[in-house]
Amino acid sequence: MSSQSCTDIEEQLEDTPPEGPTSLTDIELSRRSFVKGAGILSAAVATGVPRLAAAQEAQAAAVTTPKMMELTLKVNGTSHTLSLDTRTSLLDALREHLLLTGSKKGCDHGQCGACTVLLNGRRVNSCLTLAVTANGAEITTIEGLAQGDTLHPVQAAFLEHDGFQCGYCTPGQICSAVALLKEHKHNTLSTVSFETGNTTNPELTDNEIRERMSGNICRCGAYPNIVAAVRAAAKGASA
Amino acid sequence: MMPFNYLRATAPDEAVHAVSARGAKFLGGGTNLVDLMKYNVEHPTTLIDVTHLDFTQITITGSTTLIGAGVRNSDLANHETIRTSYPLLSQALLSGASPQLRNMATTGGNLLQRTRCYYFMDTTFPACNKRTPGSGCAAIKGFNRIHAILGASDECIATNPSDMSVALAALNATIHVTGPKGKRTIAIADFHRLPGTTPQLDTNLKPDELITAVELPASKFAKHSYYLKVRDRQSYAFALVSVAAGLEMSSNTIQSAGLALGGVALKPWRSLEAEKFLVGTVASGDAFRKAADLAVAGAKPYEHNAFKVELARQSIVRALTLAAQGVQA
Repeated sequence: MSSQSCTDIEEQLEDTPPEGPTSLTDIELSRRSFVKGAGILSAAVATGVPRLAAAQEAQAAAVTTPKMMELTLKVNGTSHTLSLDTRTSLLDALREHLLLTGSKKGCDHGQCGACTVLLNGRRVNSCLTLAVTANGAEITTIEGLAQGDTLHPVQAAFLEHDGFQCGYCTPGQICSAVALLKEHKHNTLSTVSFETGNTTNPELTDNEIRERMSGNICRCGAYPNIVAAVRAAAKGASA
Repeated sequence: MMPFNYLRATAPDEAVHAVSARGAKFLGGGTNLVDLMKYNVEHPTTLIDVTHLDFTQITITGSTTLIGAGVRNSDLANHETIRTSYPLLSQALLSGASPQLRNMATTGGNLLQRTRCYYFMDTTFPACNKRTPGSGCAAIKGFNRIHAILGASDECIATNPSDMSVALAALNATIHVTGPKGKRTIAIADFHRLPGTTPQLDTNLKPDELITAVELPASKFAKHSYYLKVRDRQSYAFALVSVAAGLEMSSNTIQSAGLALGGVALKPWRSLEAEKFLVGTVASGDAFRKAADLAVAGAKPYEHNAFKVELARQSIVRALTLAAQGVQA
């Protein structure tokens, strides 16, 4: 009596990645789908629940079945083709699937900036960016800033000025600062520019740096040294 | 987060057609929707990515400016015409969120931001009429420091978190939308809703309608405007109270005025009474205090947000004073 629903469930189970788990997230998802699917099977077969209930359970399983999509991310100059659950954030794609763990998961809600990466050259919170929306995009992470053994000037400035304590927010701070310098070169404004009345070509004062770096929280409170590092990098960039 | 299908729309018609599917939603920058999906407040079955539609231009025709719905907040704030002709909008945009989030957020999406009421965003609180109609409002007798003082109802006292929308209200913008029945325009004043008995509805946009552009009328406040945002920390925080003030001045006399408040109601709170009063008056502290009284008339605070009434009053006076002094662009 439950042959129809069992077939449905088997099809759903086949939706899990065919090559087997390739990362932590895959393993978790496969296990979850398996447990759910197996539960329905045993319930339908062993206790002989009515057809309707089994169908409803199968439908519920369909709602929770991951939707997979193939996408290409060009990360630090290398293209990667991935098959991902559409729910995967860009941050999780980088960390869990490409094993680039430099970008950090702080709040996972766009409130701390630890996950900051450059998407087509612009700084974004990778935790609120769905990986599927970045399909075809070029991404630069902290791992892609140095040229071989030569640090990016902003990385060097953070070392020089001790712009961190625990270091957890640092990759995000550095990616953010790299973008900040580029934005400033393009003459962008901040609220400080309006408050000071410098809305044509604002100088990168410490107040401007603080406001423009405000999307990156440092729980240790290394802010004075972070500002010093960005100030130094800016001077180096303009020299 | 519940699983969902993802579709990248390439034409507006395609997007509008796709969104008619049950549970489908448009996706802009994702800074609010993806966040709410992580909190399980939103659970769309399909996301239709509209950021690849051809709505990323800012077009100036005669004296009006048309902003594509897909223009990112950072690009809008730094656009030459917006900076020089509508500095109020630039300043409001740059007061919101962080550089990273502004690089992601779109003009259309910003208009559709949902409230940051704690009880709405946290599903462990069962009572929220906005999230689950009929379940009650946990904020009215709860911790309501950030909540509304104007235009609230017994069913919802949430506020709208957008800074951009407050500036758009003072600038009297018009929203362009398209849907299965064709195109239409909605005045910004009619776009957002007050909670009334249907707090689950944030706007008068229909579920299958897509915002295509925001139209700004001729700029009157280019020389005299200010966006003042008061918050718990200097940056990267939502407004307790914000004020968008625009003045058109002839020597020291006000020819026309735009005044709207943020953080005080479920929609940008434009005060036509205060604007009307200001026209013809000479810019002065007394005139601005009277305008402030008019703007907050009828304010009804709750247990923890009574401070907002005086804060709004003082902020209005300060924003109008700074606007009258003029921008030094």
